[in-house]
Amino acid sequence: MAALLEVKQITKKFSGVTALSEVNLRLEGGKVTALIGENGAGKSTLLKIMSGVYTDYEGQILFRENEVKFSRPKDAQDLGIAIIHQELNLIPYLSVAQNIFLGRELPNVFGFLDKGQMIQKTKVLLERLKLDVEPTALVGSLKVGQQQIVEIAKALLVESEVVFMDEPTSAIGESEVEVLFEIIKKLKAEGKAIVYISHKLDELFALADDFVVLRDGKIVGEGPVSQISRPQLINMMAGREVKITKKTTKNCSDDKMLEVRNLSLANPENSARPLLKDISFELCKGEVLGIYGLMGAGRTELCESLFGLHSKTLDGSLTLDGRDCKFKNPIQAIEAGMALVPEDRKKDGIVPGMSVEKNLSLTVLEKVSKLGFLSDRLHSQLYKKHVSSLKIKSSGADQAINKLSGGNQQKVILGKWIERNPKVLMLDEPTRGIDVNAKSEIYDLISRLSSEGISILVISSEIPEILAISDRILVMSEGQITAEFSSEEATENNIMNACIPEIQHP
Amino acid sequence: MIALKKNLNIAQFQSLIALFVLCLCLAITTENFMTADNFWNVMRQISVNVCISVGMTLVVLTAGIDLSVGSILAFCGAVTAGLLRSGISIPSANLFIGFTVLGAVLAGLLVGGGLGWVNGYAVTKFKVPPFVATLAMLTMARGFTMLWTKGHPITGLGESFGFLGTGWFLGIPMPVWISGLVVFIAVVLTGKTKFGRYIYAIGGNENAARLSGIPISKVKIWVYSIAGLLAAVGGVLVTARLDSAQPNAGISYELDAIAAVVIGGTSLSGGRGTILGTVLGAVIIGVLNNGLILLNVSPFWQQVIKGIVILLAVIIDKSNQKSE
Repeated sequence: MAALLEVKQITKKFSGVTALSEVNLRLEGGKVTALIGENGAGKSTLLKIMSGVYTDYEGQILFRENEVKFSRPKDAQDLGIAIIHQELNLIPYLSVAQNIFLGRELPNVFGFLDKGQMIQKTKVLLERLKLDVEPTALVGSLKVGQQQIVEIAKALLVESEVVFMDEPTSAIGESEVEVLFEIIKKLKAEGKAIVYISHKLDELFALADDFVVLRDGKIVGEGPVSQISRPQLINMMAGREVKITKKTTKNCSDDKMLEVRNLSLANPENSARPLLKDISFELCKGEVLGIYGLMGAGRTELCESLFGLHSKTLDGSLTLDGRDCKFKNPIQAIEAGMALVPEDRKKDGIVPGMSVEKNLSLTVLEKVSKLGFLSDRLHSQLYKKHVSSLKIKSSGADQAINKLSGGNQQKVILGKWIERNPKVLMLDEPTRGIDVNAKSEIYDLISRLSSEGISILVISSEIPEILAISDRILVMSEGQITAEFSSEEATENNIMNACIPEIQHP
Repeated sequence: MIALKKNLNIAQFQSLIALFVLCLCLAITTENFMTADNFWNVMRQISVNVCISVGMTLVVLTAGIDLSVGSILAFCGAVTAGLLRSGISIPSANLFIGFTVLGAVLAGLLVGGGLGWVNGYAVTKFKVPPFVATLAMLTMARGFTMLWTKGHPITGLGESFGFLGTGWFLGIPMPVWISGLVVFIAVVLTGKTKFGRYIYAIGGNENAARLSGIPISKVKIWVYSIAGLLAAVGGVLVTARLDSAQPNAGISYELDAIAAVVIGGTSLSGGRGTILGTVLGAVIIGVLNNGLILLNVSPFWQQVIKGIVILLAVIIDKSNQKSE
């Protein structure tokens, strides 16, 4: 059978880092293809290339055996390629109908908007999707699950030949999942090609005809779903050829530094799915505890909660160095000896435009003051000390921090916390977007700090990274801790197995 | 010049050159520009805008805006004048409290700081956007002024109070001393204290500032309070100079202050800018106003020209940022 959409030898690099390498993929009409792989394997990148979001890549895209070159998403849409994004792209202040017809409004004979017809068509579409809301309802007033269905309706408005779905079930409830599955089956019967990304393997077994496994930007396995088992799939996702160096030396004592008991965090958008559920663990003095989980597993929320950021919706108890704590805000958490290096450096970490020196001293302004006034001399002492000990490559103390490379920015942020000598240092994806050399320097730094008695919590979605730096590993999935491994027990396989959520059977 | 260049950013250096060229042109084309009388006259007029603009700079550095300064100026001037003139009397309790110059001025400043505090409280505790919170205060403070003055000027405030606006000390007018002191304190505050660093960090990246343990709400409330206080200082100066508190004093002064801040190279999105830049901006506006009057340009054209200057300043600043 001829392929509807085919890509050949697709390679995509992001500032030198290879995200996809020589990927070939054939999509046939009437088939559902499951695309799987861990975070950062290249799934979303591939979808974005095939739907015209990324336009600079190497390789070929063929649509009905003719080569095509998209210069914007609309080109792909016009050919009948629809994408349902993982994040919602809806405008909350517009109605359901206005959102669905956004950018392709129907005009009446006078050139004004033909509201009646748009509302009518929306009604038909919503009935087909079994979504019981008025076309005139504001999208912002809908539940997240309903919004997801509206997003799907938007993609189905135009008769598409190829439909990409990037984790469409991550935000919706079970009844909505059933409706979605019915729709997918119907689309399949109509001869459309569907690509489905999900971490929920059970969904894929229920739905897909073919599977494609991506790992580190390469296809490492493909074939019919009927000929593969769940363990085999997990093996493919996890199994790396590269030998992973595990951490062997241990320097943690038995003194408990942090004790977390029954931590729960309510979800403001969906009370049935709390962001954190009954999290309990301990962290010893000088221990490096790795937390692994897929996107949305609640890892970042856990760190934020320990840092006093969600005090109003948080439940549970926290003991730091033998004292019960309830942090109302980061100021109290920092006073008590907590430190957090956030996941999104640009959004939460650096103060852009401010110099390296001033970013470094932001947490320790008392230390660089004399008689209540900031001292230039103490500032430059602080700068010199950290630039040499952390090997920060900067053209000078006055250099704006946003002009440094990602790795050097991260070192500055680490430096400002090290200077406070924290009891617990939390690192959320400390090496995201950082080159290999800076990465290994940060690993060395983590091990040095732990040997100095600082307890460290590292979040990462890279299994090799977690294995290389952790004394102990917790795996999270859907807001809960699903497994704990010592560094001896941990393997790529059992971590991957523990992080994939199960479908809850009613 | 080299030392100056080190301490000023490109935008300010350009502004300084623009100011120099402006003065040169005016010196050639008019007779009166280069006289001592005119110099001190301009300086005295600028003083009020400098005080307000310094407060505005602090607010803008936190990525906020304060539209209420003109009204606060009018109200605080009126409060000071009213207390000075007739004190507080409560006939039912047979009570009368008279005010000295110092007492009346302090009361005016206190009211200004208090109204600024309300702005800050609304912005931080109720998350009202600064534009809206201070717009509401603009209207309210103007209303308070009308209520307090019953719509009439309060005049006859005495020589010792008038000294603050018209007097000279060591050959320099009092308003220049006062605004100079304000500028000096503000320069030290922004450049040399923890509080100043916090202001820049909040404006540069509020998320990062919060995660670094900076007390965002506290700093912002202080900043708005200081802006209110400095508007009150301006109110005292205006009232003392005219020997009269006008109910419609200070109308659209907030716009002159914002113009000075922007011309001085402070980014309206926060985190970038300096007090000295703002002073430079205020001087440019002041000299421009003075020069256009000396050149007999019609007041209508004066407004057009001022608008063009503001627009040019921002365009130049944007292209500087790009080339950095």
